[in-house]
Amino acid sequence: MAVNEDFQGRSYDPTTPFDVGREHIRDFAAAVGATDPIHHDVEAARAAGYADLVAPPTFAVIPGQRTDAQFVADPDAGVDYTRVVHGEQRFTHHRPIVAGDELRGVLHIDAIRAAGGHQMVTMRSEIIDAQDQPVATSLSTIVVRGGE
Amino acid sequence: MSQQTVRQFSQVSEGESLPERSIPVTRAHLVHYAGASGDRNVIHWDERTAQAVGLPDVIAHGMLTMGAAVQVVTDWVGDAGRVIDYGTRFTKPVVVPHDGGAVLDVAGKVTTTDPESKQATVELTVTCGGDKVLGRCRAVVQLD
Repeated sequence: MAVNEDFQGRSYDPTTPFDVGREHIRDFAAAVGATDPIHHDVEAARAAGYADLVAPPTFAVIPGQRTDAQFVADPDAGVDYTRVVHGEQRFTHHRPIVAGDELRGVLHIDAIRAAGGHQMVTMRSEIIDAQDQPVATSLSTIVVRGGE
Repeated sequence: MSQQTVRQFSQVSEGESLPERSIPVTRAHLVHYAGASGDRNVIHWDERTAQAVGLPDVIAHGMLTMGAAVQVVTDWVGDAGRVIDYGTRFTKPVVVPHDGGAVLDVAGKVTTTDPESKQATVELTVTCGGDKVLGRCRAVVQLD
């Protein structure tokens, strides 16, 4: 099985909303060892100028990977997930993600290329809020290892 | 609760080193991260499955390593909402044995500062047992 190169350049419709909850932010922050009070204490977040609890910088991976799943889990895309390795990840934050956000992701398959017997797929998820304003860009490159 | 002090752009200089940190990673951390992130890939918690796909043992989620390492930056800045760009390559898996787990060693250095935008770029060096596990790991922070 190989990744279907016809998907290169494809763009998708926005995903269904992902609701960002306070407890999810607290739990994710604890899991990565993020102790900044703005992840845990609503008063501290507000005192720092935010509307509500602020998500840690890599929290965007959650709505990002849900967005990417439209491609990765599509049988026609030909991605053998047992052969997938995360190669690169980058987040650009247009504004911080805060509790109460209703996020949707718009997926773009920027590149599918062969490299040394493997295939590399670059997926770009543009994360937008309920007002269609940009929140974050998640750029994720996966390496699909070739068969032995 | 207390209001934190946020680092000002005028307090930052190119070449400046950030306080280093050693971060333990155990199987319990992997299970917590699997639940919190929704990444429940079995290679991050079951050694039989990890070994069946050619890994020496259970490995940490690359995103856990990336998420843990950036604390060196956010704690230095004093406001986690100031990280406007953060990216890395995953160069080597972090193997997490049942006994003792693993330890990530994280160091950071300010590589560029831009007085116009008041942004600073921090390059992170993240190693495990002396091996570099993240490559080109860079965070950009927006200061006042």
